[in-house]
This record gives sequence, structure tokens and C-alpha cells, in this order.
Amino acid sequence: MPKRTDLSSILIIGSGPIVIGQACEFDYSGTQACRVLKDEGYRVILANSNPATIMTDPDFAHRTYIEPLTWEVVSRIIDREKPDAVLPTLGGQTGLNIAMALFERGLVGVPGTPELIGANAEAIATAEDREKFKKAMIEIGLSVPASGVAHTLDEAMTVVEQIGLPVIVRPAYILGGRGTGIASTAEQFRAIASNGLDASPIREILIEKSIAGWKEYELEVMRDRADNCVIICSIENVDPMGVHTGDSITVAPAQTLSDVEYQIMRDSALACIRRVGVETGGSNVQFAVDPATGQQVVIEMNPRVSRSSALASKATGFPIAKIAAKLAVGYTLDEIPNDITRMTPASFEPTIDYVVTKIPRWAFEKLPGTSGVLGTQMQSVGEVMAIGRTFPESLQKALRSLEQGRLGLNCDPAEKQYAEMSDDELFAAVAVATPERLMQVGELLRRGASIDRIHDACRIDPWFLDQMAMIVEERHALSSASAESLSPRAWKRAKRLGFSDAQLAYLWGSTELEVRDARERAGVVPTYKTVDTCSAEFAASTPYHYSTYEDENEVRPSAKPRVVILGSGPNRIGQGIEFDYCCVHASFALRDAGYETVMVNCNPETVSTDYDTSDRLYFEPLTREDVMNVIAVETAAAGGVAPKVIVSLGGQTPLKLSGQLPVELVAGTSPSSIDLAEDREKWNALCRDLHIPQPPGGTAVTLAEAEAIVAEVGFPVLVRPSYVLGGRAMQIVHDREHLARAMAELSGFGSLGKEGGLSAERPVLVDRFLEDATEVDVDAIRDHTGEVLIGGVMEHVEEAGVHSGDSACAIPPQNLPSWVVEVITTYTASIAEALDVRGLINVQFAVAGTSVYVIEANPRASRTVPFVAKATGVPLAKVATRVMLGATLAELRVEGLLVDSVLSSGAVAVKEAVLPFNRFPEVDTALGPEMRSTGEVMGFDVTFGKAFYKAELAAGTVLPTEGTVFLSLADADKPAGLVVAKRLRRLGFGIAATTGTAKYLSRFGLDIDQVVGKLSEGAGNTAVDLIASGDICFVINTPQGRGGRTDGEAIRKAANVHHVSSVTTVEAALAAVQGMAEQFGRPLEVRSLQEHHGR
Amino acid sequence: MAIREAALVLADGSVFEGEAIGAEASVATGEVVFNTVLSGYQEVITDPSYAGQIITFTYPHIGNYGTAAIDDEASRPHCRGVIVRDLARRHSNHRAETGLDAMLAARGVPGIAGIDTRRLTRVLRDTGAMSGAFGTASESDLLAAARAERGTDGIDLVATVTTGQPYSFGSGRHRVVAYDFGIKTTILRCLAEIATVEVVPASTTAADVLARRPDGVFLSNGPGDPAAVPYAVEAISGLLGEVPLFGICLGHQLLGRALGGTTFKLPFGHHGGNHPVRHEASGHVEITSQNHNFCLDPESLAGKASVTHLNLNDLTNEGMRVIDAPAFSVQYHPEAGPGPHDSRYLFEQFARLMQDGSF
Repeated sequence: MPKRTDLSSILIIGSGPIVIGQACEFDYSGTQACRVLKDEGYRVILANSNPATIMTDPDFAHRTYIEPLTWEVVSRIIDREKPDAVLPTLGGQTGLNIAMALFERGLVGVPGTPELIGANAEAIATAEDREKFKKAMIEIGLSVPASGVAHTLDEAMTVVEQIGLPVIVRPAYILGGRGTGIASTAEQFRAIASNGLDASPIREILIEKSIAGWKEYELEVMRDRADNCVIICSIENVDPMGVHTGDSITVAPAQTLSDVEYQIMRDSALACIRRVGVETGGSNVQFAVDPATGQQVVIEMNPRVSRSSALASKATGFPIAKIAAKLAVGYTLDEIPNDITRMTPASFEPTIDYVVTKIPRWAFEKLPGTSGVLGTQMQSVGEVMAIGRTFPESLQKALRSLEQGRLGLNCDPAEKQYAEMSDDELFAAVAVATPERLMQVGELLRRGASIDRIHDACRIDPWFLDQMAMIVEERHALSSASAESLSPRAWKRAKRLGFSDAQLAYLWGSTELEVRDARERAGVVPTYKTVDTCSAEFAASTPYHYSTYEDENEVRPSAKPRVVILGSGPNRIGQGIEFDYCCVHASFALRDAGYETVMVNCNPETVSTDYDTSDRLYFEPLTREDVMNVIAVETAAAGGVAPKVIVSLGGQTPLKLSGQLPVELVAGTSPSSIDLAEDREKWNALCRDLHIPQPPGGTAVTLAEAEAIVAEVGFPVLVRPSYVLGGRAMQIVHDREHLARAMAELSGFGSLGKEGGLSAERPVLVDRFLEDATEVDVDAIRDHTGEVLIGGVMEHVEEAGVHSGDSACAIPPQNLPSWVVEVITTYTASIAEALDVRGLINVQFAVAGTSVYVIEANPRASRTVPFVAKATGVPLAKVATRVMLGATLAELRVEGLLVDSVLSSGAVAVKEAVLPFNRFPEVDTALGPEMRSTGEVMGFDVTFGKAFYKAELAAGTVLPTEGTVFLSLADADKPAGLVVAKRLRRLGFGIAATTGTAKYLSRFGLDIDQVVGKLSEGAGNTAVDLIASGDICFVINTPQGRGGRTDGEAIRKAANVHHVSSVTTVEAALAAVQGMAEQFGRPLEVRSLQEHHGR
Repeated sequence: MAIREAALVLADGSVFEGEAIGAEASVATGEVVFNTVLSGYQEVITDPSYAGQIITFTYPHIGNYGTAAIDDEASRPHCRGVIVRDLARRHSNHRAETGLDAMLAARGVPGIAGIDTRRLTRVLRDTGAMSGAFGTASESDLLAAARAERGTDGIDLVATVTTGQPYSFGSGRHRVVAYDFGIKTTILRCLAEIATVEVVPASTTAADVLARRPDGVFLSNGPGDPAAVPYAVEAISGLLGEVPLFGICLGHQLLGRALGGTTFKLPFGHHGGNHPVRHEASGHVEITSQNHNFCLDPESLAGKASVTHLNLNDLTNEGMRVIDAPAFSVQYHPEAGPGPHDSRYLFEQFARLMQDGSF
């Protein structure tokens, strides 16, 4: 069946901001879909609120709407664009939920409205509605765990009486397992069930007999409209049932299923997709298997492209999203060529000849109060994937890809952290799933504990444990050897088990480079194999490689000049999709300019690890050893000519490597300049020379040194480690006691210690904290002739002290006098000049009154580059990349790549951060210097108020139109809070406040509708009660300067738990009321990026 | 366990270093082929169609879930050896009875592990199935052995794997005589669902078969070159038109030759569980299990048989229906074992053919 000609325009719904459970894998799938549908000749309309995505680049769709993803807004886009069809299956749960909301209102999927392609409403409902799904599975003869559905707590109690504890609670229509949990006691059940009912948009939960401890599998299925079905990949979870798949270490293909069992599972998966009725595209079906009997049960299915689809695509080389998009417009699998073999069709099942391991990365250290225990609700913020020929090799590669201070399963300084734990303590520890569990299992194996006993404790399959034991045994064998004594066979055996040179250096008390030299002298170097979907059965032209230690290297020689782009590794708070955007743009720009591009990255969620993005992809850890190896093989493939390497677009990950690579290979700003900006002493001297004021401060390694600095500059001070991103462990310190605590946290063997600890090279920075200052961010590019292009000047909404990544910001600046902007751009240019920047630089300033201070400068791509590019229409990352390779800005203007900013037209773009608090009810939502947002959205409109309103809506903060607003303000915020309250009154809102705030406001003649007492006073009706009652539509609560972790924290948590929108700074409150005032009673206008850019 | 260093040498002189596994062998020789299945190693190793061959598994971890007698495809393995990247030291599965290494040793199958099986596969893909030798002997002895190995062309391997005596299997509705050219147990199980199966040696004549008054005759899979078993072709000629016929794999090729068709050797054969085959009548794509080096030339069958199934990877013939007689056959393995179950409808089709002569 050829493609459909009755459709001409298609709306793709993206997944919005990066949140836990929905990350850049949907940028990867959406980007592929946009490309495919555009190539097929359809008019593509895209809706996505996330400016950091590749898919929202104006080139990828005919009309790109960076607008809030609510059904109302999407329906306005439909009114305007009148698409023939809506494709909802590539935008994650967000895409599906919006499609269902539109369908329920008769706006899509019914005659006279756009058709739903990919999956229809009936299929979505069957898969997503727990009860319907369960019924459907029983109908086709598949087993499901005993279960019942409830819509109220009373119903839930009845169900659990029938099934018996323990049970797992799963809310309907949720993503990433939000609101799910396992209950073993009645008390736990009551709490989890009520939480689950709140999490489900339709207040429905499925209560299921718990099968924690069973083995867990997932199959990726594709189906076309001729009912051809194929399995793309099988995935086995190392962590047994009980841990969300997104939080599990997973392996592809399945390892411990016999063919007999696998084929039964395959039959079930095919029956499932057919019964659910996903007409075309990809789905994943999850199974649990009782290890004792082999009994299989179906757990759930996603009728859409998912996080696992992205992993399966990267794991096999089969581009699920791309094919899903083609199937959605009518092609059948046998009509689509497999783009890897080119000679064979896509209607086959990939077979692989390597092992893929995925390990999640969590951010518990940034979320004080969280337990760090993994469960059925996803909590990880990113993941890595590694490819090896065997599980031990891929596991150790994955562990070092995580960049969390571990070099592998053991054999590194961090292994000592378990030395104090007794065997019994370790056995108890591994019984609970935590991010540490695998390493603790490794420690038990090292101590010689039996695999059976470890298995009994943690339920990880003995096969995986035995494979890990092989690593440990090799370590013991190697420890009695030395670099000089190893035979080539022995070297190869160690490397085949995934040992890095750095691990061996630790073991032998040597250095990584000495080990490397000895290994190379023994003739043992990595070989690069190809990911080809067919285990070498057919010739493949895929440029997708991974390293291993075998006989044959498959990298093909070529004479073109080449550039290696180092990616940003796993997503984490502070370093995510924005950097992937920059790396991908670099690749596109260089390819256009005639270079051969080589990408190195280990994050399976990204566009950069799509084998189509660059001329060659190396799916490798971003460590010195692995990167040096790629450079070596690329050099050899180019006949001895070394490639240039880009280190400044992938965030801190590649930047940290810059000093370890041959200096002449680094493209753009030199490593010494990078160091100049990072090294506090050198940087201070540079600012002094340039006469640019900085907040006073210094560096300290010990508490005494820190105290000496404070004695000079006075409290409050900002304390932060060097060489980190995302404000990791950054604190505002107001007194000596807090200073001592902060220093102890930084130097101890805590989470930060793992990331490197403190040393003379990595001291703590202690600076005077500027209160009430406005923070300003600048992204600029300087070329080798010295011309500086100011990409954008962003004024932050929240005051300095809130991490820039967690703060909203506006471009162009809204409140800064033009002379201040000029001072800022002048300072930026002179800093760029002094650092001899070639490419991007980001400079942060604090403006206090008439003083402009420079906070820091980073000669690399910043988090805001994509936002600025979308706002101004200037492709900053592309321009910067070309500049790094020697082009001048003037040349790029002539070439047409560098265009003028379009932002002069009276538009305002606001970026807002998206925070993960809805998953962590135990965490205080107050913003601070440590970044905690996982993603961002953009609001684009004609005024700041309207743009801010959109940004809030896109971020999930619904600004109310009526009701009572609750205010509780820190003393310093009260004057501004008065203005907020007065404006709210004028808009017709009721006002409730805490005693102190109410007293202050009424002093200025404002009527307070309701006053509540402090929690500590034990008053009958507290702020928390009021919020819980549902009578409050909006909460404005600003923390006291000195922590205020009492009433304020309880109020903020209550707002979070009860889903009442809140803001925690008075600046955001001012912006919010401005937004409400300007948007009130008016329809939200949508406008495409292409129109904004005048193209 | 001490490592026994070993090597694999191909007839073209390529050398691969590894270590010996399974049964002791200083030199094992055979035609080296590869199989791309991710699971199902035991079924592959015990499949009689691999007689004369050394099987390379492209998936690196082999033996993970152990072995279970019920998964055997024949009473003993007929392959000459097994080549893997990594043999599981400890297996894990509730079905497992013994580990693969122990099973290989107990059943006399030598093997070699630690091999860069991807490099080997690429060599075989580019040059075609090749003779090879592996073991603990010296490389020069291995090379000599590899060069002396005759391969499978023109050799009657069926005679080495077929049953000596007729036997009966199952108790289904129909009465089927099954030629054992190297029949797999899974096929017998599938047939048993529709018939009482009388398994007969490959050399059984048409007259002997017809004397058993069957509702249908099944032509099994088996090893090697279809041109090397003329007696089977002759018997099938005598059965065509007399009784409904259903052939699989070698049985398909032999049926084709009985119709006067020709077979040829594929460059590197089809050995895997993921080949797309299109059912021409419906246009539906089946994912199939495959294991063959030889192939029917459909042009040689023009006017005698119609093509019913096509391999979408290389467009080779995968199935036919005889025009003038109630007979059909497929090149691939609808019984799976190992592999997907997409094509098991063919056994039902055979039942219908026996029932009322309809397809």
C-alpha cells in the first residue's frame, strides 16, 4: 500500500519540556517524524513548547508553534492551520493525552475534524485505561496479574480486600509511573492509593497483586496497516519487577529467556498490539516472568513511541520513529527499505551481535529529603547506554559513561566507600533497590559472597550476577599482575571484560597514560564494530560504531577533513538537551560546509546519537581513554591526519576533557583560555586587568580559609565548588555555622566527593552574595578577527541567588536601562577578547542599582543558546561552530548563515524552567542557588506579560482567572508583595494571607478575606489546611532569607501535593500578575516561529 | 577450569584465536556456516540439517539459559562443531537441566569460544560458506585439515542422519507418512497435532509409502545438497499426484527437483530466525526461521508450480504450489524451533489438503 494521497497536512504534537519520564527521546522521535513527513511532501505543522529541541528548529516543519501544550492551545493551532491529520504517537504521553482531550471534545478524530493517525482514540483508550486493557488481555487469553480498578478510596479498600497485600497501585493516564507504588501494609496502601487517585487525570487506579521480584521484559513491536507485525528488540531488566523500567538497569537483547519462552512472549506481544488496535507504528509491551515457573503475565503496553523505543532504536539501528511516521501515512513495512542494509526491507526483525546496557542517572543529591529508594515511580533524570560484545564489557562501559566518579564496577577510588559496611549490612542494602545497588553487589562479589546468596537478597538473575563475578575475578587475577607482565592475550581478556586503563592504573598504582602505553606496546588496541541490524549477515553502510577488543576494525578510510564533536553524555539537571541541540547543530553546520562529522556520545535519548545526524557515530563513553581511542582510529582512517575536536558545545562533560587532549586538536577557544576562565585566581586577575568589577571573594580548600574570606567580604556569601554545572552544591550562606556545614558537605565523601572531591586544583569558591541584584546572562560569539556578536542579553525574572537554570528570563531585557545593557555588552566583548575566544562565550552578570558585576564567564555553549536562537532567529550554534573552525562572522554573513536578529519587531520571548517537584512531595519547592529544573519552555508573544503567561502555562503553572490567592511573604518581599496583592484585588481575586503578611497588607488598606495562623502556633485553621481544602487557586510564598524551613516549607509542599499553582519569589509573582492582567478575558493568540522570524 | 587454547583456521588461511569448549578435539572439520538467532542455540545445534557443518553463532553470549532435553530437535546432534564468542559459565532458567558446555561434551560436539565471530561472519558473507578446521592442534595441521575437508556439495548427508527403522509419532486425525531426511522434532510435534505420523527412512520407495495408505506424505528438512539424494527425488516423483504432499526445506527442494526443477547453492545460505517472507496470495509478511544453503530456481519450475512465498531480503523462492497435483512446500521452517510462529498455518493447510483437497 503506497502512501496516502488524501492527506496533505499533518500536525505533530511534541512532548513539551523535559520532565522526569519524558525526556529528549521524544525530540529524537519527533525530529525523525518531521523529517520523514516533510520529505514525503506533506505540509508539517509542529506544536511543542520546548525551545531546546531540535524538532522546533524552523527548518524541520513548515509551521512550528512554540506554544503551551494544552488542548485549548492545540485546538487554536488546528483552527488556524486546518491540518488533515494529527499524529499524536510521537510526542510521548503529552501527545496522547492532548489527542484524547481533543477527541473527547469532538475536535479531532470525528468526521469534519482532523483524522487521528498512528493510533485512534479507541486504541489509545484500550491501552491507557487500565481496566479496559486488562479486560482486553484476558479476552485474548493472556495472563495479567490479579487486579481491580478503583475510582475512590473506598472502592480501593474493597479491591484490596479481595486481592490481598502486597499490591501495586497504578494510576490511569500517567507517564513515568507517576503516583504508582507498592503497598505491603494497609496503612501504606491507603496513602499510595490516595496519592495514585490524585495523580490520575481521570481519578482511576488499578490495584494489582504485586509480583515484585519477578523478571521483567519488554518487547518493542511495530505494526503496519496491512497487519504486518515485527518485534524490533527485546529488553531484559537487570532489576527485577518492583523498579520502574525507566529506573531499571536494562539489557538488550533478552539474556535469560529460552527460545521457547521468547516465542510465547513474542506471540503475546503481537496479539496485544492487534487487540489494542494500534493500526500503525510502534508500541512496547511489558511482561513479567516468574523465575520459578516461567509463568508470563502482561503488565502494560504503550500505544506509541516511547523511551524504550528510543533505546531499542539505538540498540539495534532500526529507526522506530522514522518508520512509525512512514507507516502512519500508509506505507507498509515491506515497502520501506532498511536504511542500513539498503538492500533489504524494513519488514524484518533486527538481530544483533553485541550487548547493550542502559543505566539510569538520578539526581537525589539535588533533592534533599528524598529517600533515594527506587520504586514503581520513575525518578531518574537521564540515562546512558553502552555497547559491548559481552554484558561485562557493556556494563563497565555504561558505568564509566555515567560520569559519577565510577570507572567501572570496581577497581576505582570510590570502591572504598563500602569498606566500612559489614557483609550483613551490604546484604541488607542490596535487598533495597537504590542507585548504589549494583555497586554494592559488586562489593559483595569482591568479598567472595556466593551468587545464590546475593540473588536471594536482591533477586537479580544469577546469570547477570555470574557475569559480574567474572569482572571481579578478573580484577583479582590482574591485581597480582603488572602492566609489563601481561601477555597480549591477558590484556585482551581484561579489556574484553570492559576494564578501562584508569581502572588498571588504580589497581597497579600507576597512571592511566602509563597503562595505555604498556597496552599499546603489547599491541592491544580497540577495534570498532558496526551496528547494522543484521549481525553482519548483509553488507551495511551504517556509520554507527562501538569499540571492543576483537580482531577486526570496520571503520572505513576516507580522505575528507573531519571534525570530532564530543557530546554531553547522560542528561542530568544542569546539562541536558540544550547541549545536545548545540552538538547536533555543529554537525549539521559542518556537514553543510563540507566536513566529515564524527559524533561521540553515550546518551541514547538524543538526536546526536541518531546515526543519521553525523557522518559517523561512535556510541562511546566520554572519558579520556575512549575519546583518545576514537581520535586514534579516526586519524588512522584519514591516513594519519588527526581530526579537529569540538569540546565546547556539550557542556561540562567534554570541556573537562579539553585539557587531556592534544592541544592542537581542540577547535575554537584554546584549553588554556578555558582554564583561564575556570581557574579562580587567574580569572580574578583578568577581571582586575579589565577593570570589570566582581563580587569580592576568594577560593578555599579548608574551613579556615573560607572563614578568612568571609572575614574580609562579610555574610551572606555564595559558596560553590569549581568545575561543576547546574549549581551543584551551591549554597547561599548567612552565618558561620552554615559555612562550616557547607564546607563539610563539599569536602566529605558525600555525593560531591564522588564527583571529584576538593583539592588545590578543585577548590571551593566563596563570594560575597549580592542581595536584591538582577541577574543577566549574555551569549556571544567572537571570531579570530576579534569581531564579537552579541547573541542575546537575557534578564532574569528571579533575583540573583536563584540559579539561572531555575529562573525565568526574558529577551530582550524588560527592566534594564539601555546604558546598563550597553555596559554589559561592552564587558562581554572585552572578556571575550581577553580570553581570545573563538566561538561561544556565556557571561553572567549581576546588576545591583547602578553597579554591574561579572559573576562568571564560560567560553563554551550555554544552556540558553537554543532559546536565544529560537527567539532571535540567529542560528548561534551553527555560526559558532563555523567560527571555531576558522570562519569569520563577516564571511558567514556573506554566506547567508549569519542573519540579523528578528527580535526588534516588538516581540518578547520568555524562558521558564520546569521543576520536578510533583514527583518529590517531600522536597521544598523554594528556589535557590542549586539548580533543580529538568527542562524549559518558551513563551513568545507581543508583550512580556503575555509571553510570561504563556511560559507559565507551558510549564504547567496555570495562572488562575478567579478565586482566592494565598500570600505568605518574607519581610524583604513585603513591599513588592503589596503591589502584587493590590493588582490581584483589581483583577477580582480574593486574598488570604498568614498573620504577618496580612497585618502588613492591611496596614496599606488592603482587605484580607482570610487570615491563617502559623503552623507552629497550632492554630485551628492553618495555611496547610486552607490549601488542602481546595479553596485556594494560587499560592505566593517566598522563603525567609535565612532558610525559613518551617511554615514556608510546609506551605510550599502543601501547594505541590495538592496541585495548586505556586510561585516562590516575589519577582515571579509580579510577572504572574502582569501576565494575568494582560491575558485576562482575551483569547490566547498563537503564532508560528516562521511568522515571528518573518520567513 | 584451565583454559585450553585453540584456533580456528579457514580453508582460505584465515586464523582465529580462541579456546576449546565442549568435547575434546584436536581437529574438527566441516563447512563453516553462521546463524543469527538470538535464542534457540540448542535447537540449532541438534537440528540434523546441520550435518557436516560447523555452526557459528553471531550472538556473542551462548548458553545463558542452559539446555533441556525437550528442546532437542533430534536424538543426537549431527553438526561437526560450534563456534561462539562467549560460552555462559553459569546458566539461569527454570527449564534448564544442564549447561551447554556439559551438553556439548556429553554429546561429543567440540566447540571453540572467544572467537571474533563477527569477523568470521563477514568473511563467510563475502566468500560464501567455507571449509574450516578448529581445535587444539597446530595452526598448520588445522589449515591442512581445513583444505582437505570436502564441504557439503554433492555429498549425501541425508543417509547419515535418517532413521534406520520406521517409527510412529502422535495420534492425530489424519494418517501421514513423513520422510525423514533429517526431520526435526518440532516438525513432528506440529504434524502430530493434525495426524498420526509414520516416520520412514529416506530411502523408502514410493510404493512402500503408498502401501501404508497415507492421507498425505510429508517431506522433511535435512542436510546438504538436494542433488546428492536422487533416490528421494525418484520416490517423490512416484508420489506426486497420488497423495497430498507437503515439504519443508530440503523436502521443498526435493519436490522441486522431482518436478524437473533445478537447485543452486546460495552464496552464504540463510541461517537465522528473522527473514521476511511474503505470502504472495495475501501480501502478508511472515517473519521466518531459515536454515538452508541450497535454493530452488523458480524459473526451472515455470508451468509446473506457482511461487507462493518470496524472500524479501534476496527475492529467492520460499514456497510453491504444484499446479497439477495436490502438493505444496516451503523453503523456510514454519514449525520454528527455534524462531517465530508466524507460519504455523501451513500445517493446517496440509490438513485441509488431506481433508478435501483444497488449499
